[in-house]
Amino acid sequence: MNIFEPENKKLVESEQDFVVNVGPQHPSTHGVLHLKIKLEGETIKAVQPHLGYIHRSIEKMSEAGSYRQFSYLTSRMDYLSSHMNNQACALAVEKAIQVEVPERAKVIRILMAELTRLASHQLWWGAMGLDLGAITPFFIGFRDREEILEIFEDTCGTRLTMNYVVPGGVMVDLHPDFQKKVVAFLGRFKKRIKEYDDLVTGNIIFEQRTKGVGVISAEDAISYGCSGPVARASGVSCDIRKLHPYDGYEKLEFKECIETEGDCFARYKVRMEEMKESVKIIEQLIDNIPEGDFQAKTKNVLKPPKGEWFTRVETARGELGVYLISDGTMKPYRVKFRSPNFSHVSALEHMSKGGKIGDLVAIMATLDLVIPDVDR
Amino acid sequence: MYDFSGVTRGIHEFLSGHFSPLGVTLWEMVIAGVVLLLSLVLIAFTLGYMERKVAAFMQLRLGPNRVGFRGTLQIVADTLKLLFKETFVPQAADKMLFNLAPIIMVVVTMLSLAPIPFTETLQFYDMNIGVFYVSAVTSIGVVGILMAGWSSNNKYSLLGAMRSGAQIVSYELSAGLSIIVIVALSGSMQFSEIVQSQANGWWIFKGHIPVWIAFVVFLIAGTAELNRAPFDMAEAESELTAGFHTEYPGMRFAMFLLAEYLNMFILAAIGATLFLGGWMPLHIGNLEGFNKVMDFIPPLVWFMGKTFLIVFIIMWFRWTFPRLRIDQLLTLEWKFLMPISLVNLILVALAVILGLHF
Repeated sequence: MNIFEPENKKLVESEQDFVVNVGPQHPSTHGVLHLKIKLEGETIKAVQPHLGYIHRSIEKMSEAGSYRQFSYLTSRMDYLSSHMNNQACALAVEKAIQVEVPERAKVIRILMAELTRLASHQLWWGAMGLDLGAITPFFIGFRDREEILEIFEDTCGTRLTMNYVVPGGVMVDLHPDFQKKVVAFLGRFKKRIKEYDDLVTGNIIFEQRTKGVGVISAEDAISYGCSGPVARASGVSCDIRKLHPYDGYEKLEFKECIETEGDCFARYKVRMEEMKESVKIIEQLIDNIPEGDFQAKTKNVLKPPKGEWFTRVETARGELGVYLISDGTMKPYRVKFRSPNFSHVSALEHMSKGGKIGDLVAIMATLDLVIPDVDR
Repeated sequence: MYDFSGVTRGIHEFLSGHFSPLGVTLWEMVIAGVVLLLSLVLIAFTLGYMERKVAAFMQLRLGPNRVGFRGTLQIVADTLKLLFKETFVPQAADKMLFNLAPIIMVVVTMLSLAPIPFTETLQFYDMNIGVFYVSAVTSIGVVGILMAGWSSNNKYSLLGAMRSGAQIVSYELSAGLSIIVIVALSGSMQFSEIVQSQANGWWIFKGHIPVWIAFVVFLIAGTAELNRAPFDMAEAESELTAGFHTEYPGMRFAMFLLAEYLNMFILAAIGATLFLGGWMPLHIGNLEGFNKVMDFIPPLVWFMGKTFLIVFIIMWFRWTFPRLRIDQLLTLEWKFLMPISLVNLILVALAVILGLHF
């Protein structure tokens, strides 16, 4: 028996079954996700995700690097929230070596994290429009994201995989223009977010395509392990920034965006609200970044004691957990990442069964899948 | 006013001096055919360029601006590229149908251009059942799409073709019903007479609410028949990669593209002729001076202006709306557009019988 194709999960049961391979090369899977879908006419009878096309064994490779090095691999997991991935690793290492992060570094981390969240949601908004057949949102989303990436480039030197967070703080201090540029961008973006609503939110076709499509109840969302905007759209309160604050989120005023419908439109609304909340968070911090060190003094070679640590952060897609085991040497004994998208892919069949092909695309778009994060 | 009768008379007299009457007819048909083909290609190129530019300006881009003056030759360059591509046929494809499908699409499209009056004198064949002929011929296009989808032997192509079949067959009803509104009002199926009936005012102005409804329904149903966004179910690139023409490379793909643009032009031309007065200039009541100025604009400019206005509207909603789902698409037709156009047609018929229209 082929272990990769268990008997009970065979899709083709009779000659009448129409099985279509969506992916690994398909415009709306946003990467190399491979779905086998069984169709009856246009109606989806079964969805079977096949993973592993972009598996780079990041967890195993992490065991080969030192405690300073392994977090850079995680930028390549969910590349749209690479900053938060690094942050999660840094938090785990900081917990292990028990170092206090300076206030300035914490604020910089949050600023960067929220900017990353904004950029990620802007890309999602554009790509979702593209998936639903509207091409113009893609360009508008990318126009705004580009400005954020330029801000990143000034400070971090790169645009996407910034590798800006190190255990004990951030790698370098902020660029002198950072504050000015962010304030200018926020001013523009607050006007432009109305444009987002004009173009997509109120559109009757868009509402028809998303309302009541891909519904997942709160119980199912919990049992499938959904997190982030997907779970919050079903009414599950799961914002790690609120429930288990890290890096000083507890001092900030922001709302956890929760909808109860659990359909694609609810997920859309949650993400749109999150963009506005991210703007609010940045506005609270941007004018009072504390002075001081941007990095705590740490030893060159980090050697945590024997033990196990778990930290989690709220990335743009949901809850990212880092489980770190140390055997007292200079390299981690084992690193395990709990990535949000893996759970979301597993909920795909539950959401899209009985829907049409167009619904599957809408569901994938609002789950906001990043495939390298699924495979790792 | 200028027209082309001088040119055509000159050609006719020149040919009469050299050939027998039968030869003259044959030569004239050949010349008309060549002119038709050239004008079609020119129209398709213009629309292709226009679409790229309209899309670019709606999407914060510049569009083509390198080849030729402001990128006008970009589309020629693209066509050349497609011409030189390998004409690849998938091994599992039904080769004859696969090769035939794009030809059917283009031929059908070209046929349906015949009765459209560009001006009073510039019309290829003014048949007395023009409207009927156009709606009959354009519906053959779906055969080409089904053929392409079936013969490609690709699941996405098949799905796209089936969608397109369901869609075109349904939307033909509303498109036809909205055209019949104008036929009932003007009392003729001949395009030239329909245009003449609008000499004292276009139907969109004379016909009031029923004609407005018919115009809107015509635009929606026409866009659906064209398989263009938001009704591009047959292609639906985010769902079916490229739908019915997934497997087509090179020039065969370009033929589908050509057919799409020409169909768009024909739809807009029919819309302009039926609802916006064709080549008739805009006249307002008794404003003699204004009417004189309007008369001075050549009819061809009027016709093209109106046609490109409708083309622009079609492009406009392509680049702003998301795509419908297939069941919503059919719901829209069978539950909304068809009943509305049926009721509308009955109202118009009553108005015509009772003599209530202008």
